[in-house]
Amino acid sequence: MNMRQQMVKTLEELMACDERLVVVLAVISYSLFNQTTSAFAKRILNLGIMEQTMVSVAAGIAMEGFIPVVHSITPFLVERPFEQIKDDFCYQQLSGKFISTGASYDYSTEGMTHHGSGDVQILRSLPGMQIVVPGTPGEFDALLRESYANGANTYFRLNVQSNPREYPVRFGKLAVLKRGKQATVIAVGPMLAAVLPAVENMDVTLLYCTTVAPFDGETLRETSQSSNIVLVEPYYGGALTPDIWAALQQSPIRIEAIGVPHQLLTHYGTPRQHDEAIGLTPQGIRCRIEAFLA
Amino acid sequence: MLRQHGDESAHSTLDVLWVLYDRILRYDPKNPRSEDRDRFVLSKGHGPEALYAILAAKGFFPIASLKTFMAWESILGSHPDRNQVPGIEASTGSLGHGLSMAVGMALALRLKKSERRVFALIGDGECNEGSIWEAILLAGSRQLSNLTCIAMNNHSSSLELGDLAAKFAAFGGLPRRSMAAHMHKSMRHSREEMTHARWLLSQRSNSELSISLSAEGKMKT
Repeated sequence: MNMRQQMVKTLEELMACDERLVVVLAVISYSLFNQTTSAFAKRILNLGIMEQTMVSVAAGIAMEGFIPVVHSITPFLVERPFEQIKDDFCYQQLSGKFISTGASYDYSTEGMTHHGSGDVQILRSLPGMQIVVPGTPGEFDALLRESYANGANTYFRLNVQSNPREYPVRFGKLAVLKRGKQATVIAVGPMLAAVLPAVENMDVTLLYCTTVAPFDGETLRETSQSSNIVLVEPYYGGALTPDIWAALQQSPIRIEAIGVPHQLLTHYGTPRQHDEAIGLTPQGIRCRIEAFLA
Repeated sequence: MLRQHGDESAHSTLDVLWVLYDRILRYDPKNPRSEDRDRFVLSKGHGPEALYAILAAKGFFPIASLKTFMAWESILGSHPDRNQVPGIEASTGSLGHGLSMAVGMALALRLKKSERRVFALIGDGECNEGSIWEAILLAGSRQLSNLTCIAMNNHSSSLELGDLAAKFAAFGGLPRRSMAAHMHKSMRHSREEMTHARWLLSQRSNSELSISLSAEGKMKT
């Protein structure tokens, strides 16, 4: 089961027991939901291909006391209707859950119109927006269940690839996977699959981050034993640097921000080929860390 | 009083808003978020002075608040804020959002099996926004009989819109002109009632009274 299939399973389970949940779609993923026989079929609204209206309609639904879940492919959920998310949800202080599918270059063969590497940087600009980047379907399930009724606006970034191992993650908390002195490495969501082998036998602290916003600066402060901070993100790199500066402002630090480079990606092929081309592989990440610490 | 780009908007909407709040909408100014209320969304958000004046006249907040319009600590800005102004349902101002939110409210009321209605007022300038046409397509296809969209056509759009009623009909909503009659009857009444808000009423424009659209599947006369 991938994250998108998990999304359908978890939402259907939650909708069956919580009448406040309404799923608002613009065609994408509608066919995956149980549309006819279920008791909650009326609360799955497929509006047609109109993402701006999808977000505003969801805001209207939120005004009436429901918890809307809005979903589409990343650029059509985040970038096209960004102003609707900003005005209709954030400024109006309503609560909605935004679940994307197709992170960064997951849809590698579709070209850059279907890529979504800028979503986290863009959404970080919204006051109060929560950003969740799970690494496995099970982690997504746990994080959605924990936060769907928290009254905030929450974005869930779903990846096609998943980490081989699942961790018990908590919303808003960094997981401490390893402790060491040479550097503190923060791996965000699906980057953990490459970071774990990259830091093997290295004397580093490894923190696993599945909630990007609000960032758990407290755990970073408590566990970091080095002024060398390595950040490995699966989107345009460096989104978390302001949070790291803020958490560790008492001590001088250096940051190596590894992520998707801020450039046009014009190749197609597979996501794996993109990983290799931009160095988001165990070897590529290890080389960057070694050079940073040299 | 500063003149704003919204002044003409306020004048053009006064009559239709008065008819709505005096004759049509169900609401309780002492309980502005009552479940048993009709919802009104000033979709275009521009020129909310007329709406503020009417909400004050109807008791949602003190008339004295009107004098604070746009001041530092005022609840009344030149675009309305649902979290600050009693009776405001949606924070609008960026064109093309309100009607879609009204569609969402109408869908949600239907889920709740509520008989309450949603009204949205859009402007002809706002009808340049694509999201308005998305919302009209959607309201028509969902047969939202609990939603009424009122389009003020005072020819403020720099884009020639032609026959707006025909366009709405083509997008799935049925044009209805019945409210215009109500409006004319109440205009004199509204002028008298609203003298305490004369900061707004001093210059009424000769805006053409609107066509209105109902997304009802069936028309009642």
